[in-house]
Formats: sequence, structure tokens, C-alpha cells
Amino acid sequence: MSLAKRIIPCLDVDNGRVVKGVQFVDIRDAGNPVEVAKRYDEQGADEITFLDISATHEGRGTTIHMVEEVASQVFIPLTVGGGIRKVEDIRTMLNAGADKVSINSAAIYNPEFVKEACDAFGSQCIVVAIDAKKVSAEGEPNRWEIFTHGGRKETGIDAIEWALKMESLGAGELLVTSMDKDGTKSGFDNALMKEITSRVKIPVIASGGVGNLQHLVDGVKEGGAEAVLAASIFHFGQHTVQEAKQAMAEQNIEVRL
Amino acid sequence: MDQRLVAVVDYGMGNLRSVSKAAEHMADAQTRVIVTQDPQVIHNADAVIFPGQGAARACMQALENTGMIEPIKRAAQEKPFLGICMGLQVLMSHSDENGGVDCLNIIPGKVTQFDLSSYPELKMPHMGWNQIHQTQDHPLWHAIPQDSRFYYVHSYYVVPENPSTLFGETTHGQTFPAVLSTHNLFAIQAHPEKSAEHGLQLFKNFLSWNGH
Repeated sequence: MSLAKRIIPCLDVDNGRVVKGVQFVDIRDAGNPVEVAKRYDEQGADEITFLDISATHEGRGTTIHMVEEVASQVFIPLTVGGGIRKVEDIRTMLNAGADKVSINSAAIYNPEFVKEACDAFGSQCIVVAIDAKKVSAEGEPNRWEIFTHGGRKETGIDAIEWALKMESLGAGELLVTSMDKDGTKSGFDNALMKEITSRVKIPVIASGGVGNLQHLVDGVKEGGAEAVLAASIFHFGQHTVQEAKQAMAEQNIEVRL
Repeated sequence: MDQRLVAVVDYGMGNLRSVSKAAEHMADAQTRVIVTQDPQVIHNADAVIFPGQGAARACMQALENTGMIEPIKRAAQEKPFLGICMGLQVLMSHSDENGGVDCLNIIPGKVTQFDLSSYPELKMPHMGWNQIHQTQDHPLWHAIPQDSRFYYVHSYYVVPENPSTLFGETTHGQTFPAVLSTHNLFAIQAHPEKSAEHGLQLFKNFLSWNGH
């Protein structure tokens, strides 16, 4: 009897619709967010993450209504990320029914924002998203740095040091995405995950690269993740969340069945 | 038929919307769920839900600022009362959080931090789905299977002085009290509003509970 490892479907949302960019290029529509969220809830998803990729103010407004609608029909934890820059943005999302918000680039521009957010709302609802890319050459010891703008812009910040810093500023959880793996369907960067999960006390969600169910298992067993996040394997009916949980349970990972 | 009024206490600390939506989702046509800051509404309500999130000191401060301490103490004596998460913790006498905070002293006991020094592999906060072992029967456990999983997120837990108040426990390294109940009061560390079907069942049970 202990805590279950979590499976988290992630929905990229643009103007109130779910989309999934494969390596941020080939955008395909996977449907209505409320319908998709309900389907995942019925399949036994442990949480749902919405990533708002809307570029416009109107698009964001649509997302807030969408969160309200999902939260009144789906009774599992909801995380909303994308465009969270101010304390007011967090308040708006929590009031709409989100349980957690995920902060990404705003933390890079101003790390104190993470502390401010945790002081205002509690660590339990502050997730810091870390987009990391391997920068070490072949044969060198592994080193990863933080990238922004979907992996295109380097910051020069060491990913492991950044994870520790975010923990010390009060983050309740880390969402770690390998920008090398994202969209490749070749599995998580488990060396990156392990490096972080072995050094922080807070839970880590592994993200980026899931192409099959074994990848989810590996994220827990090799990467040490408390939770695994995936999108396209669920969106296009390749697997249900239930199948993912069974695959994990068969390999002795504790899950909520 | 008479309308039944369920008050969700709003003192500015918590995911009130999630809690009220879950209660509304399970309420029958005669039950009205309202989020309120008004002591009179709490006094008139047939049942009270007391949610909470954040740190103990901020919660106690918010209760004081909104004039909620007396109405909550009264409701906790008088009518079906459901405490959730911080709404369980602040019912205790004292919390170790924030360097020590006196709480409502409705259930004698304290709130203390997990000690995971013997469990280096376990993470903190205790976040995610864990099992509740029901240690005593209770009307609010109706149709909820033994050892069902509920959603948690917390770093502190309650320790009641009187072991007979314990109705459920959970293990994260150590086994800790997860549910306390006295008379008309039932309080749970997990978030039933985020615990899918078992959490909704708990709301359903609470809404039809007369407090005995």
C-alpha cells in the first residue's frame, strides 16, 4: 500500500481546441478539450495537463472558459501551463478550476516569480516546467541546459542546477521535458530524468518522447519519475490510459487501476 | 419538499470552485450548494463543507480576517461538517508548520511534518493517489471499497490525541491518520473533489448524512 505512479495525458490547447504538434511543426487536431478530458477521466487518467499554446489574448480567454467547463465535469486534478507570467494569471486559472499551474519561461526571466507564486498560493499548486536539451558532445559527461521557445533558444542555464534552484524557491513539482526527445516517439531521456529525480525531493513528471507503453515504464524504472506525461499515444487511439496502467502494473509498478 | 442548504466556507484559501462543483455534481434537486463568507448563512445551513489549501498560518489568519472562527466552531458542534485537507489540519489544536501555529482546537491533537529520513526514495509533498484504509465503519464510507485510492497533496499530517477519532489511515513511508471523525464532523486529508468516482461518492454520502 503506497503512492501510485501517475499517468498524465497532456493536451496542447490553441483557441479552445486540442492540438498536438509533432516537433512543433505538424499540428493535428485531436478534438474538443472537454470531450477529450472526459474520455481520459473515464479511462482512469490520474491527472490532466493543459498546455495553452494560444498566441493571442482572445485565445487565452477561450482557454479560461475551457478550464471552467472541464473543471465542472471532470473530477481529477487539472494543471494548466502556457503563458503563466503573473500572479494574476495564476489566480485566474485557479479560480477557473485548475488545481495547479505550470510556470516555464516566466521562471527563467524572473526566478523570484516562483517564490512569489508559492508564497501566494502554496507550493502544492506550483509546477515548474523545465525544457532541457543535451549540450555535451559525444564522449563528454552528460550535460543539459535549459532552452526556451520550443527548444530553439538557448539560455546557458544548467538544467540540473536549475531544477535544484526551482525546488529551493518552493516549487511543488517539476515537469521535465527533453527537447531532444519531444515528438520523436523514441522514449524519455532517462539519463536526464534520473539525474534530476535522484537529486530533488519533490516529485518529477517525465515528459517528451513517449512512443509506446514500455517508454512509460522506463520513465518510472530508469528515470525515477513519479509521474509520466504523454500526448499523441493517447490522442490518436494508439493506446488507452487503462492499457498504459496495465502495462505498468504488469511490471510491478504501483498504479491506480 | 424542503430545500437543503449546504454551505462551502470561503475564507480566501482554497480550491472552492472544485469543491463546490463536486458537491453540486452529486447534489439532488432539493439541495443547494453555496459558497459563502457570511456567518449567518453558515449558521442557517443544514451542512457545512470546510475546504482549505496553503499554509497553516495563512489559513488561520484568513479565518480570523473573515470572522469565520466562531461560525466554524459552532457549525462543527452542530451540523454535518466536512473538513478537507487544510480544513482538517486547522481543526486540530496546534500545527508545527510555519514555526508553530495555534489552530481551532476542535479536535485535540497536533499537525506535524512527515519524517522521510528512513525513506530516501519517497518524495515530498506527498502528492498523488494513495489508498485509505478504513479503520472504523462510518456512513461516509458507504459504497467506497476498503483501500480505495484518493488524491493527496500535503507535507504535514494530523495526530489526534484520542485514537477513537481515527477512521482512516494512509501510508507514505510512515502510516499517518488520514481521516478523523467525531459525532457530526468528518474530516479528510485527501481531496475528495479531485478523487474521481470514490471522491464523488464521499460527497454523495456526506450530502445525505444527518450527522449521526
